[in-house]
This record gives sequence, C-alpha cells and structure tokens, in this order.
Amino acid sequence: MAWVNAIIQGVLTGGLYALFACGLSLMFGVMKVVNLAHGDLAVVAGYIAIGIITVTHVPALWSLLIVVPVMAVLGYALQRTLIQSALDRGVLTTLIVTLGLSMVIENGLLQFFTANTRGICAGCALVQDSFSIGSQIQVAWLLVVIFAVAVVVLLGLQYFLSMSKYGRLIRAVADDKEAAQLAGADYRHVFGIAAALALATVALGGVGYGMYSTLDPTAGTDTILLFAFAAVVIGGLGSLWGTLLGGVVLGVAQQIGAQINISDELLAGFIVFLAVLVVRPQGLTSRRAQS
Amino acid sequence: MSLVTEASTQPAAAFRVTRSRRNVAWTGIAALVVVVVLALFPYIVYSGTTAILVQAFIVLTLASMWNLLAGYAGLVSVGQQGFVGLGAYFVLIFGLHGISPFDALPVAAIGCGVAALPLWWLVSRLRSGYFAIATWVLAATIMLFIERFSSIGGGSGMPLPGFTGYSSTLLTAYTYWAGLAVTVLALVAIYLLLRSRLGLVLTAIRDDEVAARSSGARVGLARMLVFVVAGIGCGAAGAVLAISQLQVQPSADFSVTWTAEMAFATIIGGLGTIEGPIIGTAVYMVLQQTLASYNAWYLIILGLVAILVALFARRGLWGLVDERLNVKLFPVGYWLRTANGDRRLGSRRQN
Amino acid sequence: MTAPVGDEGPVNGERPGNGERPGNGERLGNGERLGNGTPLLEVRDLAVYHGQLRALDAISLQVFPGEVYAIIGANGAGKSTLLRTIAGLHQPTEGSVLLDGRDVTQLRPERRARQGIVMVPEGRRLFGSLSVEENLQVGAAYARPGGSWTIDAVYGMFDWMRERRSQRTAQLSGGEQQAVAIGRALVANPRVLLLDELSLGLAPVVVQRIYGMLPQILATGLTVLLVEQDVSQALRVATHIQCLLEGRTTLEGRPADVTAEQVEAAYFGLAGAASAGQAGEGMDSLWPG
Repeated sequence: MAWVNAIIQGVLTGGLYALFACGLSLMFGVMKVVNLAHGDLAVVAGYIAIGIITVTHVPALWSLLIVVPVMAVLGYALQRTLIQSALDRGVLTTLIVTLGLSMVIENGLLQFFTANTRGICAGCALVQDSFSIGSQIQVAWLLVVIFAVAVVVLLGLQYFLSMSKYGRLIRAVADDKEAAQLAGADYRHVFGIAAALALATVALGGVGYGMYSTLDPTAGTDTILLFAFAAVVIGGLGSLWGTLLGGVVLGVAQQIGAQINISDELLAGFIVFLAVLVVRPQGLTSRRAQS
Repeated sequence: MSLVTEASTQPAAAFRVTRSRRNVAWTGIAALVVVVVLALFPYIVYSGTTAILVQAFIVLTLASMWNLLAGYAGLVSVGQQGFVGLGAYFVLIFGLHGISPFDALPVAAIGCGVAALPLWWLVSRLRSGYFAIATWVLAATIMLFIERFSSIGGGSGMPLPGFTGYSSTLLTAYTYWAGLAVTVLALVAIYLLLRSRLGLVLTAIRDDEVAARSSGARVGLARMLVFVVAGIGCGAAGAVLAISQLQVQPSADFSVTWTAEMAFATIIGGLGTIEGPIIGTAVYMVLQQTLASYNAWYLIILGLVAILVALFARRGLWGLVDERLNVKLFPVGYWLRTANGDRRLGSRRQN
Repeated sequence: MTAPVGDEGPVNGERPGNGERPGNGERLGNGERLGNGTPLLEVRDLAVYHGQLRALDAISLQVFPGEVYAIIGANGAGKSTLLRTIAGLHQPTEGSVLLDGRDVTQLRPERRARQGIVMVPEGRRLFGSLSVEENLQVGAAYARPGGSWTIDAVYGMFDWMRERRSQRTAQLSGGEQQAVAIGRALVANPRVLLLDELSLGLAPVVVQRIYGMLPQILATGLTVLLVEQDVSQALRVATHIQCLLEGRTTLEGRPADVTAEQVEAAYFGLAGAASAGQAGEGMDSLWPG
C-alpha cells in the first residue's frame, strides 16, 4: 500500500513539474533558449508572493493575482532586452548571460533575504489537509489542486497556441522566423509574448512549490531547474502535454526511489533523466529520430 | 601575358612563416622568473597571502580548463563541478587508506581523467543546449551518489585524514606549492597542446566546425581528448581544494558556483586565448578580496560583469588589449614575416 | 474560378500618381516605359557584401506599377541577394531602396512587408508545422488594409486548396507548396510581389502553371519583381528584364528589344556577340525548357 501511495503522489507531483516545465519548453522550443535562470525565476515569483502576503495579509492564493501578471511583464522585458541581445550573439553567449542572471538572482536573494527557508501559507488548511481513498491511501489536497491547475494551464496554452492569432504566430516563428518576418511579423515581439507566457506559468509553479515545500535562494538551481529540464526532455521537446507526461514519469521515478531508500529520491529521478538523455534524447512523445 | 613574367622575377624566399616573433624568448624568461618568485612566497609572505593565492590557483586552473573546453573544442559544459568534487573525494578515499593527500593528488587527477571516459560516452552525442544540461545533471548525479555513503561523510562531508605529522607552516607551504604546481602544469600542458597538431585541429574547430570536419580533421577524437584533459585539470583543482580546506563537503565541492566562477573568469578575461583566464582570474580575485566582507556581493558583481562582457566586449579584456598591442604572451599562432613587415596569419580570430 | 477582380483596372485606391499601366503584350517605342512618374520600387547604387565577398556592386533598377520585372543571371550572380536586400533581409553597405519614392532602406523586413513589399522566398519556406489555412492566416495577420486578396480569394485561385486547407504543409507536393507560399504573400496585400526562384525544384509543367497565374495577380493591381534561373521562362513573362553577372548589371531592357545573342553575352559575360550560327533564330531555341 505504501507503493500505491507513492505512485499516486508521484503522479500528482508531475503536475507541479509540468508547471515548471511548460514555460521552459516554450522558450526552448520557440527561441532555442536554454534559460539557466528559469528555476531562479520561479523562486523569485515565490518570494514576491511571500512579500505580498507579508505586507497585505491576503490569503495566499490571492497573491497570484499580482504575481502572475508581474512575472509575465518581467518575462517580456527580460526577453526583449537581455535574452534577445544574447540570442543575437550565439548559443554560448545565451548560456553565459542566463547563467549570469541566475547567479545575480540567487546571490541577490541571499543578500537580502538570507539563506533561511520560507514557506508560503505554512499553516493553511489547503496545505495541510488530505483526504483518504479507502482506509490506507492518503492524498494531499494541495497536490490535487496543483495537478488540476497544471491541467487547466496546459489546456489553456494548447487552446491559445492552436486557435489564437498570437498562438499561430508563435508556432510560425518557431518554424521559420525569417519567413515570419517576410509575412510582416516582428519575431522579437512574438518571442516576448512567448517569454511572458513562460514566466507566468513558472510563477504558478514557484508559488505552488512554496506551498508544497519550502523556498530558499538556491532552490532554483538545486532542484527546480533540473526538474523542469527533466520533464521537458523525458516528455519530449515540442509537446506541451509531453511536459505533463515527463513530469509524471519524473515524479513516479522519484517516489519509487524513495521507497527503495529514503535518501535516493532525487538520485532516482536524475538517473531516469540521464537514461533518457543517452538513449532517447528526443523524449517519449517525439516521433523524430534526433531533435 | 605580362603577369606571368612579373611573377617569375620575384626573389625565391621573399617570406617565411614562423611560430612567433622575437618577444617569445623574453616572455618565456619572464614566465620562468614569475614562477620562481611565486615558489619562494612561503618564505617571504604571510600565510594569509598564500591562502589567497591558493584560491587563485584553483580558479585559474579551472578557468583554463573551461576555456579549453568552450573556447577551443566548442563544448560548453555547466557540469565541471562534478570533476572538482570527484578530485576532492578521490583524495579523501586515498587518505582513508593511509595515503598522504599530497601523494594522492596526482593519482586523483588521473582518476578523474579515467572517469571522464564513460562520462564522455554518455554525453558526446548531444548538441549544445542538451549537452550543457546533461553535464549539469551528471554532476548532480555524481554528488547524490557519493552522498549515499556515510563512510565517506554522507551528505555533510568529513575532514581529510592524513595530515598528522605536518606542522602548520609546513602544511601551508606544501598546500601552496601543490596549488602552484597544478596551475603551472595545467598552463604548460594547455600551451603545448595548442601548439601541437591537436591544437591546430582545435583552433580549426573553434573557428569553423563544419569546415574542420569536412577537411578530415578528427573532430570527435579531439573533443574527447579535450574533455579528458579538462577532467584531469578540474580534478586536480578539486584535490587542491580539498587539501586547502582540510575537508570535503559535497554541497560546496559539487556546487554549480564553481562552473559559474570558471566560466565568468574566462569570459571576462577572454575566451579562446590562453592569457584570457589569467586576466579573468585576476579580476575575480580582486572582486572577491575587496567585497568579501559584503558576503554575496562579489558574486553578484561578477555575474553582472560577465553579462556585460559577454554582450558588449565579446573578446574579453585580453581581447581589448590584444587588438591594440598585437601581443601574444603564449604564441600558438603563426606569423608571416616578409621584407615589408610581419603579419599575423588569420585576421579574424587570433591565436 | 475567376480572378477576384475583373479586367477593368485598379481596385484598391492606393496607386501611385501615374495611373496607367501596360498590359501584357503592349509594345512601346524603344526606351520608353509607361508611368514616367515615380517608379513604384526603385533601387539606387546598391552595394551588398557577404563577409568580404562583394555580392552586389552599384546595382540600380526601377520598377513601374503593373510591370513584371525579371532579374536573370547565372548561379551566384547576385539575383537572390538583390531580392533579399530589397525585402530587408540584408543591409546594403551603400545605396538605397525606395518604395513609391520613400526611402525604406533602414526599415526591418517586417515593416517593409507591412508597407507593401512582400517576398515569396526561395525554397518556399512555409511554416511546416502549420496547416495550409494557418499559413495563410499568418500571412494575413499584418496585411495592409483594403486589399482584394482574402484567404477566400486565394482558395478561388487554386481550386484544390480549399478542400485541403487543414493539411499540414509539410505533406504537400512542391508545386502545391509553391502555391501556398504565393497565397501567403498575396493575402498580405502587397504592392510589389517579390518572387525568388519560383521554378527551383519544380517540374516544368508545374512551373508553367504557376507562372500562368501571373495575369490574374497583375489584374488586381500588383507589380511583380522576380528572379528566375530559367531564362526562357523569364523572357516569356517579363515586361522588362535585367541580367546580373558577378554582382553587376550586364543587360537591361525589354524582351522585345534585346536579341538572343545579347542575352547570352550578358548572362555569360562574353566580350562581344559570340555564336555565329545562331543569328536569326528565335530566342526560345537557345535555351532548354
């Protein structure tokens, strides 16, 4: 029964990982940007939420009304300035610039907030409550809510990308940005929209993580970034629902690892990640041979 | 018609191609002098200074390795901290079996080189973005794997055994010399490597990979060799780190901050030149020493400077100097010497 | 299916000042071109470099409304570079590009497209993961207002397209892709349509069919500037031709006013009119296809 509990928890955690991963998949898939600061931006969102809650004492979820739009605007601004300049200069520069951004964010947070961990809404009912299936299975409400949010977000993104004008433009620019220019589209603006979406979703992930676990300045590079990349790679780049599949596989692998040996949780996940990278780097959902 | 006769009246040896100009002899002597003076430091300066210099040696070695990987082989690795930690833990493991850390150092370095082979097999087929992430995951995985074993300290690390019998002064001196030796060997190895045929292949890769491949150069072999050399170098630096800290600590030894520091030092100094990492390390040490009392500030500034340099001064500080003075401390390029003057071959990217 | 407009004349209200345009087949006196006012598209003394290689050297041309202006030349002569520079994908080191008398040299490609210079790029360059209709929708996203080329009108011109509009373009044949690429450019409501090597990779029959659409396109008031490797094809459809060789203009004029020997000499860069036995034969017999 412990195994069933573990698998259920692993599946549900996949929703949180999907929230981290879908933004990364967007940026990697559309702009070919490996954003090493992605995890740190999730942490920033969490800290902003903590700040809002501390100052205004609103219930935790209400802070999302401010955090998500703020992060979206931040995403657009970052993309149009820093990341676009780096992209124009090549892959190496993009990695250096995003690594630099990551360092600046982490050490900035360390400097101003110390290394102490913080949680969002630690005493709330949402975070603590769980329900039972049968007599031996316990499921945390928070995980179910996060999973539901992830599904809604993915549905929304899918609708946006397939039905709306900007969604089409994002897909067109990802295919061939020069041809999109010839059709009248400013691809840098379209990149900005994609980045805004990416950071809005990662903000949800960051706040969710702050509720589910705790936030500290280095959580971005210690865990979140690699979890996000794992979900993207395992699921397959270019597939939104693949990030959910990848997240679920990662979560389940981690829980199985934890069942074998409590301290092997992270290790199990990374071993699966490495295995996919070596054997099938295009991921589980991709039909192409090598991306 | 007239063109042909003109050409045939030119003198036979109007030009020759050499490796360097006159100044290399002086540079070589100067370098030797610098090394000798540095070697004498434990006799003439305080231990606080030598400790700082050991830090500088570690960063310089790491930066030179990262420069070799990214600047010459086109391998942007964000996971070299894996080798740093491996080197540190090799010293620990040997120490637990009774071998002195200083004797263990070269073995640890070789061990990291051997470990680099299966790791290369895992990641070699991946392209840039995937490669970078894969190296990071590898490093994290190695750390998590090592943390499972409480016999070598588990998650919190343990002190390095094997230092009994060394007085404090002697320990400081030996640590310093170990750091100096590692750095000098690393720089000499890189210099010789880049002057060799392999170096020619690497410079070709650096300038245009597709052209290099199509001209028959053994690109894959060259890259693997570079990866292994970088593994040895970073492992040696990690061993020196463990010795200087007198302990191993997984979260510190495997921290991705090492990659950030070696990458930024290289970029700021100048990627694709041997002199670049030296300048970059100097900048790093100055920042660290002046801002150390402000905790995380030096890393913030370092990151900001690296971003600015990467965007606006892509050849780094040494690139700015090089353009003005046309100087090469480590001559690995080619000069064309004619009656009209000397010209460096390869106008766009030097060295 | 008929063209979206009749043959009476211009539809949209935005025309340059001269008003008249030549129909196909109208012959003018030597040196005269209709519309002696401002050319719709003009290039002055253009110089473009690829790295250290000079691709274009002091190129000038003028395209008047309603013309079909063809640029011919061997591989590497600079034809596509010229078209791409006009579209905004290359920045010239010297010279300027003018649309309706206004200097657009500093404008980015997307701005030029919105002003009316729309290119169908070499190799089609469709958005492979989008459907036919989505490709057209992207083309129409930033269209100049007031045009007659709607997506519906494009479906009217290519009768197979409406039924297969949900298919991904990667699954279409070369000729079908070319049709979609042209449609994507048309729905942007261009004033000048740039066609880069339409015939590349397509069977001759397909190429004929596509060039057969030109009258329909011109009838709606568009002007066409095209680059074509197949010289006889270019001579068949053009009202004016210009030949490039190694980045320089070697010939310019109307098809009726140039001889086969002149074209051949300009194309290959021969010093004088070369082949003795070819004089007097029709132009078509010199060239394959």
